Amino acid sequence: MITDKIQREIIENFDILDDDIEMTLNYLMELGEGLKPLDDKYRVEENIIKGCQSKVWLKHFYDNEKLTFFGDSNTAITKGLLSLLIHIFNNRTPKEILESKLFFINDTGLCRFIGTQRSNGLEAMENKFKLIALNSIENG
Amino acid sequence: MMSNFPVSDIRNDFPILERKVNNNDLVYFDNAATTQKPNTVIDALSDYYKNINSNIHRGVHHLAEKATEEFEETREIARNFINANSTSEIVFTRGATEGINLVASSYCKHFLKKGDEIIISEMEHHSNIVPWQMIAKEKELIIRTVKVSENGELDINQFKNLINNKTKFVSIVYISNTLGTINPVKEITKISKDAGAVVMIDGAQATSHKNVDVKDINCDFFVFSAHKMYGPTGVGILYGKEEILDKMPPYMGGGEMIKDVSFDSTTYNELPYKFEAGTPNIGDVVGFKKAIEYIKKIGRDKIYEYENSIRDYAHEKLVKIDRVNLVGTSKNKIGIFSFHVDGFHYYDLGLFLDAKGIAIRTGHHCTQPLMEKMKLDGTARVSLAMYNTYEEIDYFIEELKRIINK
Repeated sequence: MITDKIQREIIENFDILDDDIEMTLNYLMELGEGLKPLDDKYRVEENIIKGCQSKVWLKHFYDNEKLTFFGDSNTAITKGLLSLLIHIFNNRTPKEILESKLFFINDTGLCRFIGTQRSNGLEAMENKFKLIALNSIENG
Repeated sequence: MMSNFPVSDIRNDFPILERKVNNNDLVYFDNAATTQKPNTVIDALSDYYKNINSNIHRGVHHLAEKATEEFEETREIARNFINANSTSEIVFTRGATEGINLVASSYCKHFLKKGDEIIISEMEHHSNIVPWQMIAKEKELIIRTVKVSENGELDINQFKNLINNKTKFVSIVYISNTLGTINPVKEITKISKDAGAVVMIDGAQATSHKNVDVKDINCDFFVFSAHKMYGPTGVGILYGKEEILDKMPPYMGGGEMIKDVSFDSTTYNELPYKFEAGTPNIGDVVGFKKAIEYIKKIGRDKIYEYENSIRDYAHEKLVKIDRVNLVGTSKNKIGIFSFHVDGFHYYDLGLFLDAKGIAIRTGHHCTQPLMEKMKLDGTARVSLAMYNTYEEIDYFIEELKRIINK
């Protein structure tokens, strides 16, 4: 499964950081900085992900049976986490998104670094991606 | 700098301060959320369960006697600590929040009527806002708020203007958990009582930092929590003037709070027991005694002086850092520093500092209306206690500068 392959690549990249917390945070910040910018017109209530401590916006497009995502956050670390999810889910079919299981959070040890509040935030983000996928199937 | 304060000895009494966090020495700057506990408190908890544990009051056996004695000793020591008249005025609660809810549910529910006004302030913790909103909704009361100035002080003139013949209750925080401001509670109490209102002071942030004398303040109610003054979590005290507590109906029904129960009628126990339904948190109350004794042993005046000294030291260094903006700059404050950094989110800052073993709090600190007033969605907050050192402040300042200049 393609989403599993991407996650394994992510885990390999995090392995290089050797569990150093500050390096991990720096790397997440860098990943966030690499995220494609989100147009201001999409920073609206309906694109905000609830359940996150920090503010996250996620905008999607459904075209040719594939979903593409653009997002942003007002905090650098969350933006880094969001960029990982976008990297995994971008250009996938709704079915692929719904069938994927996110294991990279545990396997990278990220959950240890980002704490429960952040993990919950990450869970809220994952749920949003899956909800978008589900709605895309139902609404075509 | 103050050099004769026994900070190294104090640190030795707090075992958690020796631990490492993320491979760094722990620097604990989250004392406004909860303080760490000295060995005497930790040992007392263990000793209670090993040697004393029993339910209190009404027992005839040795352990019940001993547990009751220890439990009631804490009440007497707490009475003395805040200079209350009698132990009848000392009600054990789960914490400051429960004390406020008790008064809102008992006093205000019983004695306030439609259209009466309650005054709180813009700098209140949610605990001193929501209970009043709940009772106001039920009884159709009106809540008015004292404004906070730009530097984080209460606008006393505006407060005077808010007071009128419908003002029946005033509930104000002694020391703001977000700004650190020490409010003039004695003056506020006098103004309120001259107008015939009943006054409650939320002392959660005060009791570990400065002398508290409820007789001198002359407030009708005063609440605080053990865990913010080196004691266990889950214990607090509601102080109330005896003549007011006496006429208030009980807040909860159950064991301990009754004198006689029959299916026709129940008579309530005397003060303070009529407000202590159910088996209380005996072990933690017993541990709380040791926390008060610890503070008294060090001396509150000495603690106040030392904490002011490290506060000034931290303030001087923080204001010199570019892009750091302090929120709450009253001259009359304790060592609580709320701040935000241009171009660096407080949440990211909290994570980076944690990577270096430095524990601070980030967010709205349960004071969302205050944040809204300051046009912020949150801040980073450093809150100091008597075991913090100049060296810890130096390390924090160094790391803060390094992180935000990445």
